[in-house]
Amino acid sequence: MLAESTTIDARRHGELLAPAIERVLREAGATLRDLTAIVAGTGPGPYTGLRVGLMTATALAATAGVPAFGVCTLDALAYAARTPGPFLVATDARRKEVFWARYGDRETRLDGPRVDRPHDLPGDLPVVGAGGRLYADIVGPGRVEGPEHPSAGALAALAAGHLAALTDEEAAEIARVPEGRVDSVEKARELGVLGPPRPIYLRRPDAQVPGAPKKVTA
Amino acid sequence: MSGADEPIVLGIETSCDETGVGIVRGHTLLADTIASSMEEHARFGGVVPEVASRAHLEAMTPTVESALAKAGLRFSDIDAVAVTAGPGLAGALLVGVAAAKAYAMGLGVPLYGVNHLAAHVAVDQLEHGPLPKPAIALLVSGGHSSLLLVPDVARDVVSLGSTVDDAAGEAFDKVARVLGLPFPGGPHIDRAAREGSGTAVAFPRGKYDDGTLDFSFSGLKTAVARWVEARAAAGESVPMNDVAASFQEAVVDVLTRKALQACARHGVEDLLIGGGVAANSRLRALAQERCDAAGVRLRVPRPGLCTDNGAMVAALGSELVAAGAEPSTLEIPADSSLPITTIHV
Repeated sequence: MLAESTTIDARRHGELLAPAIERVLREAGATLRDLTAIVAGTGPGPYTGLRVGLMTATALAATAGVPAFGVCTLDALAYAARTPGPFLVATDARRKEVFWARYGDRETRLDGPRVDRPHDLPGDLPVVGAGGRLYADIVGPGRVEGPEHPSAGALAALAAGHLAALTDEEAAEIARVPEGRVDSVEKARELGVLGPPRPIYLRRPDAQVPGAPKKVTA
Repeated sequence: MSGADEPIVLGIETSCDETGVGIVRGHTLLADTIASSMEEHARFGGVVPEVASRAHLEAMTPTVESALAKAGLRFSDIDAVAVTAGPGLAGALLVGVAAAKAYAMGLGVPLYGVNHLAAHVAVDQLEHGPLPKPAIALLVSGGHSSLLLVPDVARDVVSLGSTVDDAAGEAFDKVARVLGLPFPGGPHIDRAAREGSGTAVAFPRGKYDDGTLDFSFSGLKTAVARWVEARAAAGESVPMNDVAASFQEAVVDVLTRKALQACARHGVEDLLIGGGVAANSRLRALAQERCDAAGVRLRVPRPGLCTDNGAMVAALGSELVAAGAEPSTLEIPADSSLPITTIHV
């Protein structure tokens, strides 16, 4: 690891990210031209922040002429887990739900990512990530494991390991933006660790097709 | 005005449902590429912010690549990046701002976060050359209805009035719905109105004689709905074309009346109309008629430059570069309610 920067502030990704990238590059004594790839977390997580990260990674990669990849954010948390496994990773999905996945070990996702109520998390495995701490009363305090938040360092380290195993052609193929969106469990699962830089949404946009116009007269 | 030595500016616009990327050199338009998510919103009867944000992320990279290809340029030819920092839908703006910061940082060029409304004014210079100083601008779209005094689009824009409730374009959408016409309503009402009479129904003109330069379209929309419901309740057919024409006449009457009042009050002889509603044929015709009568010169960009686009953002960026404006930092936020007095952030 050459450099890393972390700020926990879910509402200010748009303001904090670009300056943090500049700072990390400077600390590492590197420029964008020195990079072989750019990786961003694909979630699942709050959509606004995901889009800032993935848009930034994609645009930067385009100017630097290197591929951009997406890595499931839960995989990065699993990779940094302090327990060897098996375990669950769970993060806050708001609306009294968690995003979660089940892992055999730190690099092997067996199920997920999914979005469910914390009551519905399976079995009695340890729970890595903020989702476990947030719902400790439901999952049981004894199951809560760290780390709480994903780190960009873990994301990069995990990606670097997988990237090293790929030929340039394979890497280009994966980073190529495919048609359609990553909005299903099946789609997310078949992508493996290194996927295209697109969000895993897991929920459809909140929008209702309207009925007939409301009457203004009684 | 324009020479090969002027800087090339890439403009990015994502304040609503259009992912717009434009490239200009000085006042010369080199490329203007748009990806719209309008079809995805139509069945919801309005723009859904989350749908728009998702679509911007999908569309950004291909739209930028397509703009570069159309202009016959490479990334390394870009001298500055401009982006709409507000006003607009927060989540949608954020995608464009993130992209612009990354492009600027990656290319090592200055970033300019600009005001969407000022960009609607600046775009006219791509078509009609330098804007007279000062000018009055009437900006009318689904999200905005504003009258501006523009001493200098890069330095000084003053708000003279705006809508106190619905935007003009919003009124077109809502009335279209009452009449069973699809979203977005503007083009459909324009078309129906051509077959109807603008004087068939005397719909109310909000704030017509109140002495301000503000607008109100909410009461008009309700009046149309009441009128249509009353006809339906009485078992009578609704003369759709006449209703469309009379509603449209009420809107454009107020818009043009107040725009010319603004010109008269400030002694300005140049009126610019921009925004999506500027594509309305009756607004263009009545504005021309009243400008001619008042001795005011009218400038309306072609419809493709009136609706949201990236060229307008690049045009304002280019103006800011020429004016020696301080570039934005990489920390700038997207501001959904950016005031018009802030031309760039």
